[in-house]
Amino acid sequence: MARERFMQHRLALASVFVLATLALLSALAPLLSSYDPERTRLLDLYEAPSGTHLFGTDSLGRDLATRILYGGRVSLSVGVLAVSVAVTLGTLVGMLAGYYGRFVDGVLMRFVDMMYSFPRLFLLILFGVFFKGMTPAVIVIVLGMLSWMTTSRLVRATFLSLKEREFVLAARAVGASDRRIILRHILPNSLAPIIVAATLGVASAIIAESTLSFLGLGIQPPTPSWGNMLRDATSDMEKAPWLAFFPGFFIFLAVVSINFIGDGLRDALDPRHAVKASQVR
Amino acid sequence: MSRYIVRRLVQALPLLLAISVVSFAILKVTPGGPLAAYEGNPNFTDDDRIRLEHAFGLDRPLPIQYLSWFSGFLTGDWGYSFASHQPVLSLIFERLPATLYLMGTVFLVVLLLAIPIGVLTALKQYSAFDHVVTGATFTFLSTPTFWLGLLLIIVFGLDLRWLPLGGIATSGAPFDVGDRLRHLILPVATIALVQLGSHVRFLRASMLETIGQDFLRTARAKGLGERVVVLRHALKNAAIPLVTIVALDVPELFVGALVTEQIFGWPGMGRLFWDAATRSDYPVLQGILAVSSTLIVFANLTADVLYGYLDPRIRYS
Repeated sequence: MARERFMQHRLALASVFVLATLALLSALAPLLSSYDPERTRLLDLYEAPSGTHLFGTDSLGRDLATRILYGGRVSLSVGVLAVSVAVTLGTLVGMLAGYYGRFVDGVLMRFVDMMYSFPRLFLLILFGVFFKGMTPAVIVIVLGMLSWMTTSRLVRATFLSLKEREFVLAARAVGASDRRIILRHILPNSLAPIIVAATLGVASAIIAESTLSFLGLGIQPPTPSWGNMLRDATSDMEKAPWLAFFPGFFIFLAVVSINFIGDGLRDALDPRHAVKASQVR
Repeated sequence: MSRYIVRRLVQALPLLLAISVVSFAILKVTPGGPLAAYEGNPNFTDDDRIRLEHAFGLDRPLPIQYLSWFSGFLTGDWGYSFASHQPVLSLIFERLPATLYLMGTVFLVVLLLAIPIGVLTALKQYSAFDHVVTGATFTFLSTPTFWLGLLLIIVFGLDLRWLPLGGIATSGAPFDVGDRLRHLILPVATIALVQLGSHVRFLRASMLETIGQDFLRTARAKGLGERVVVLRHALKNAAIPLVTIVALDVPELFVGALVTEQIFGWPGMGRLFWDAATRSDYPVLQGILAVSSTLIVFANLTADVLYGYLDPRIRYS
C-alpha cells in the first residue's frame, strides 16, 4: 500500500535515483577521478570548466569536480549521521515524555521549549568558536544534539494518543513490562512520522553543516566540504564564478531530492498528517 | 482573554529564566572568562590574577555570581566586549535597527507576496500557474540562503551591474531613498525567496482545505459574489494558521539575517554576532543570544494570543 503510493510520486522516485547517484559517485570518488582533492597544482589555477576539468579548477589549481565528489562524502554522511543522533535522542525523549507523562513530560517538554528558543545556527557557531572549527565527528554530535526536538514532539504525540488504547491495555493486562510496551507495542506505530521527519531533517542538517562550513567554523580546509568550497569561492566571484556555482548546486541537488523524497514518504506513509518542511529545519 | 495573556506570560517566565541560566553557563564554560584578554601576557602574575578575580567577583560561589550577573542583565549592565571594550548593550542597540530594518522588510515582502500567490494557486489548483509556483517554491525551499545570496551578487551585482554588491547605503553619500532601496533589494530577495516557498505551500494547503467546507457553500448559496466568498470568508479562515507559521519563522529570520548580513556586509546584529564569533568575544555572543531567544519567546507568545483572538472557536479555559 505505502510502497505503491510512494511509487506513484514520480518526483520522489526520480529524487531517489538522483540521490543514490550522488552518494554512489561520492563513495567511488577515488576510482572516478585521478586528481588529488587536496594537492595544490600551481600551473592550473582558475581554469574554466573544460574537457580535462569538468567544473574547472580553484584558486589552488585543484580539480573542482574531484573536490565536489570528496566534499559530497563529508556533506552527505554528516547529514545522515547527525540526523541518526538527533532521531535517537528525540525518540528517547519523546518516548519517556509521552509514556510516563505528568512530571517527566512537563520537565522534558519545557526543556524542548527552551531548546527551540535558541536559533540553531547561533549555537552551532558558538560551538564552532569554542572548538576552533570542527571535525566531521564533532559536527555530527553537536548538530545531532541541537536537532532532536521535532522528533521528540512527534514521538510524544503518538505515545500520548496510543498509550490508553486497547492493545496497550491488553499488553499490560498480560503482564508486559513498560520497556516491552514502549519498544514493541507503541514505538512501531510511531515510525511513520519519525521516518518523514528524519528524511526532511537530513536536508536541513546538510544545509546547517554547509552554512557552518561556509562561515569557516565547520569542516576545516583542506578537507573539502560543499560549504567550505563556497567560502573559498567568495573571494574570486568575479574571476571564477563557476567556483561559487557548482558546490552550491550540489548542495541544492541533494537537498531538493531529499525534500521530494520526504514529501513522497509523507504522502505514502501518513496521508493525513502534514509535517511542514520548514518546521524540521 | 486578558487572564489568558497573563497566564501565558507567567508560563514564559521559567523559560526565560532557563534561557538566562544557559546564557550564563556559556560565559562560564568559555576559556578564561573576563580575564581571557590577559592570557599569555608575561607581566600578568598569579597575584594579579587573584586580585582581578576578586575584583570581578569570580571567587564567589557560582549561584551568587549568577544572581549578580542576572541582576546586572536586568538593569542593562551586560558586560563589556573583549574586543572593543565597549558596553555590550550599546553595541547591540547600535546594530539592532539595521537588522530590524532588513527583517521587517523581508517580513512585509513575504506576507504581501505569499498571500495572493497562495490564494491563486489554491483557486487554480493543478493549473499551469499552480505547477510553476509549486516547482518554484520547492526550488527555493531547498536552496541554501548563502548560495542564493552569492548567485544574486554574481548575476545582478558583478555581471549586470544593476545593483550594489553590499552595504546598507553608498558610503559617504548623503541620505537618498533610492540608494537605500537599491541596497535593500538583494539581501531582502535572498531571505524572502527562501521563506516565501514555505509560506506559499502552507497557505495553498490551508486554502484548499477551507474551500471544501460547508460554510463556503452556504455563503455562495446566499448569493454572495465569488470575490467576497474567497477574500472575506475563505481567506480569513485559511490565513489564521499562518500566524503560527510566521511566529515560528522568527528564529529563521535571525539565521537568515546572520548569513545574509555576512555576505552583503550589512551592518546588523548578525554581522556583530559573526565578528564576535571570529574574535571569541563571548560577552557579545552571549548578549545577542539572550536578545534573540527572548524575542523568539515573545514572538511565540504573541502568536498564541493572536491565534485565540482571530479564531473565536478556540476557547481558553
